[in-house]
Amino acid sequence: MSDLHHDPANITNPEHHDHHIVGPSTYLVIYGTLLALTAITVAAAYVEMGALNPIVAVLIAVIKATVVILWFMHMKYQSKLLKLTIGAGVFTFLVLIAMTLSDYMSRAWGLW
Amino acid sequence: MVVTQPGELHEEHEHEHVHLPQHRHHFETEEQQREAASFGMWLFLLTEIMFFGGLFMAYLLYRNWYNPAFVAASHTLSIKLGALNTAILITSGFCMAMAVWAAETRKRKALVNFLGLTNFFGIAFLVVKYFEYAEKWHDSHIPGLKFSIADFGKLGVDMAQKTQVYYSLYFAMTGMHALHMIIGIVLIFWYMVRANRGEFTEGYVAPIENFGLYWHFVDIVWIFLFPLLYLIDLGAK
Amino acid sequence: MSTIVSLPDQSTAALPKRNYLNAEHGLLSWLLTGDHKRIAMLYLISITGFFFLGGAFAGLVRLELLTPAGDLLAADTYNKMFTMHGIVMIFLFLVPSVPATLGNFLIPIMIGARDLAFPKINLLSWYLYLIGGTFTLTALVLGGVDTGWTFTTPLSTHYLNTHVITTGLAIFVAGFSSIFTGLNFIVTIHRMRAPGMTWFRMPLFVWSNYAASILMVLGTPVLAIAIVLVVLERTIGLGVFDPAKGGDPLLFQHLFWFYSHPAVYIMILPGMGVISEVMANFSRKRVFGYTAVAFSSVAIAVFGFFVWAHHMFIMGVSNYSALVFSLLTMLVAVPSAIKIFNWSATLYKGSITFETPMLYAFGFIGLFTIGGLTGVFLGSLGMDIHLTETYFIVAHFHFVMVGGMLMAFLAGIHFWWPKMTGRMYPESLSKLAAVTTFIGFILTFFPQFILGYLGMPRRYHAYPADYQVLNVLSTAGATVLGVGYLLPILYLAWSLKYGEIAGPNPWQATGLEWQLQSPPLTENFTEIPYVDYEAYDFEWLAHKQKQEVTTVG
Repeated sequence: MSDLHHDPANITNPEHHDHHIVGPSTYLVIYGTLLALTAITVAAAYVEMGALNPIVAVLIAVIKATVVILWFMHMKYQSKLLKLTIGAGVFTFLVLIAMTLSDYMSRAWGLW
Repeated sequence: MVVTQPGELHEEHEHEHVHLPQHRHHFETEEQQREAASFGMWLFLLTEIMFFGGLFMAYLLYRNWYNPAFVAASHTLSIKLGALNTAILITSGFCMAMAVWAAETRKRKALVNFLGLTNFFGIAFLVVKYFEYAEKWHDSHIPGLKFSIADFGKLGVDMAQKTQVYYSLYFAMTGMHALHMIIGIVLIFWYMVRANRGEFTEGYVAPIENFGLYWHFVDIVWIFLFPLLYLIDLGAK
Repeated sequence: MSTIVSLPDQSTAALPKRNYLNAEHGLLSWLLTGDHKRIAMLYLISITGFFFLGGAFAGLVRLELLTPAGDLLAADTYNKMFTMHGIVMIFLFLVPSVPATLGNFLIPIMIGARDLAFPKINLLSWYLYLIGGTFTLTALVLGGVDTGWTFTTPLSTHYLNTHVITTGLAIFVAGFSSIFTGLNFIVTIHRMRAPGMTWFRMPLFVWSNYAASILMVLGTPVLAIAIVLVVLERTIGLGVFDPAKGGDPLLFQHLFWFYSHPAVYIMILPGMGVISEVMANFSRKRVFGYTAVAFSSVAIAVFGFFVWAHHMFIMGVSNYSALVFSLLTMLVAVPSAIKIFNWSATLYKGSITFETPMLYAFGFIGLFTIGGLTGVFLGSLGMDIHLTETYFIVAHFHFVMVGGMLMAFLAGIHFWWPKMTGRMYPESLSKLAAVTTFIGFILTFFPQFILGYLGMPRRYHAYPADYQVLNVLSTAGATVLGVGYLLPILYLAWSLKYGEIAGPNPWQATGLEWQLQSPPLTENFTEIPYVDYEAYDFEWLAHKQKQEVTTVG
């Protein structure tokens, strides 16, 4: 970060040594990226890819969400504990999906 | 002596280091308080992941069961309005990020303005959403209240009935999302008043930062809802 | 019999002049308090109220089952009674019992903090609890609800005209109360530990509450959304679970049990924490295999998310997935067994004394072991199909929840009562209560195992005359159990005014909380302590006491 946006005297939080302030230029880049990805996801939906269509859509959404989390929500500059916290949420969500689907998918083998 | 902000309780304590008026007595240091608040907010977002997670689970199941119904029903939504709303919400999120930056760099006017912009786009999102809902009402696509399968005749009666599951999920998911937006918008108005008094531009930025996390999370939910609800199999349309 | 109780000389002893109870006066100072100890007391009073309300419903259920004919309550009234019993006991008593009272009171003190991280949210969570309780009472007064506590669809959405919506909202709100408690604990334990208080110096009570908090934060929202969808289905006819519209009623059960199975660990884990504290203290030994016990709590929490469908074996889930869930269910027995074995090993060569908390703890170990092992029966796919929805399952979860959790709760209350109030209760009376509870419990619920095995289904107000003897035994036991629960209320209330002054450390315990005055100061510590000893280090305590005698005495 440039010194302009970095809090030199660290007055924002006197006891915190490296409180990272993300500045407008980064935010603008992220903003542009998100808008571009939105356009891409709409365009991709019009291309017929069969089963790949929803996968691509979710993939792009995951990329967008990651970008928002890393920069808009400052996760890039946060402690391991907070990264682990999101990991725990995603993990539990996947457990919910996987274990529930283990029922639904094995109820009718081959039809899924 | 520490200056006490209006409206902020100041607790007596005997630590020697410099501290802000918002420092609560039971925290040893400012950093501890700030980290606790941010960690608490992330844990709250964790519960939100699981809250919406249940809905996404339902979506995943029924999308696989009733794909033709989902395709046909999703094609009744306006992709233009959906894409517009996505852009609006991303813009709102960008303004929120800028508001956090303004608070951190102690720009009071900029903070109030960016919060105002965040709120403006948030409300714009809800207005667009209102028109979408009104259209659904007009077309009798609201399961339970006003529903007819007239538009889905070519699916066959059985599958046409299943479009109700799609619409149920559509309203449950976008409705829960809209509810979160409304709560956020009310909170922003309150933060704008406080920001205008200069409460968040004297080094005490935690409330703005943490609210920002909430607002961005609501964005992320929409980032998933948009492709899942609007953009199903458009090539076949 | 030898005892470790050491009270100060009663002729000179007095309660500390300044403590959290008399720091401020008036009702408002309680209702608007941010002090975790006062909020704990508020919780204690309110959950006790709901406990006796839930107990009254249980009493009516047992009374109806005294005779084979459905003569006391009509079938639908009976359904409402067991439903209200379940809802009140689970959501308004068991879930908040140990965490919101003892946990709230003790966790900050045990880790050397002045308060929980978010005092206002802590107070908010009590108010949410009260709002949830009020909604439940409203549903009750308006005519009750008879879905069973599980809200099974499509019964709850289509076939009942009772107050499902009101009760659903009650559980939704009470759920947020528990989310906020869990969130507060996690942040506090991560961020507010005193210098030197490393993870492996924390008392096991903190560990088990930490594990339970994770479950609260991750599980409860799924219940919340499931309940919201049921309410929306009843009010405006949304069709997520409605078969007529293409929905799957079983999906509700998947979402419901995704929370409600971990919820039983939310209930039992904090209780296990209490038992670790009591076992260590009354055997004067460090808990055997401290690390294993600590991690077994976390393991129970993690495994808890992988086993929920064992509640649904007969409801139409696929056989293949039922097999997987059955197998995974067995996994939970491992960390539970680790705890039981380690507590037993703690007793080995310990200097065991039999004060009231220890009696309750012994009750816990015996009853929880039976409850846990019958859980393994029920987790086995083949057995479950025979035993589920019979009284066997009723007996099983009452052994775990009442025999386990309630015993642990009472053990904890008796253990920390002197710390919370500064006064001792009459020891002989409390021992009598502990023994009465144990006998009453066995008499009430043991016959139900046999009834279930003989095939008596649950949730009916009438039964064939062949089952009467065992049912009479069970009802008689419930009466004894009732006395066992009323006694503590009486003598604990009495002790508030007339009990002996307890002094800071009546049990000679090592925990940080026992090194403070009883009752503690509002800010707990005048100076944040530096922790340089492990939990349950009795040598450290003996050394400290010797120092005090030579330097102060």
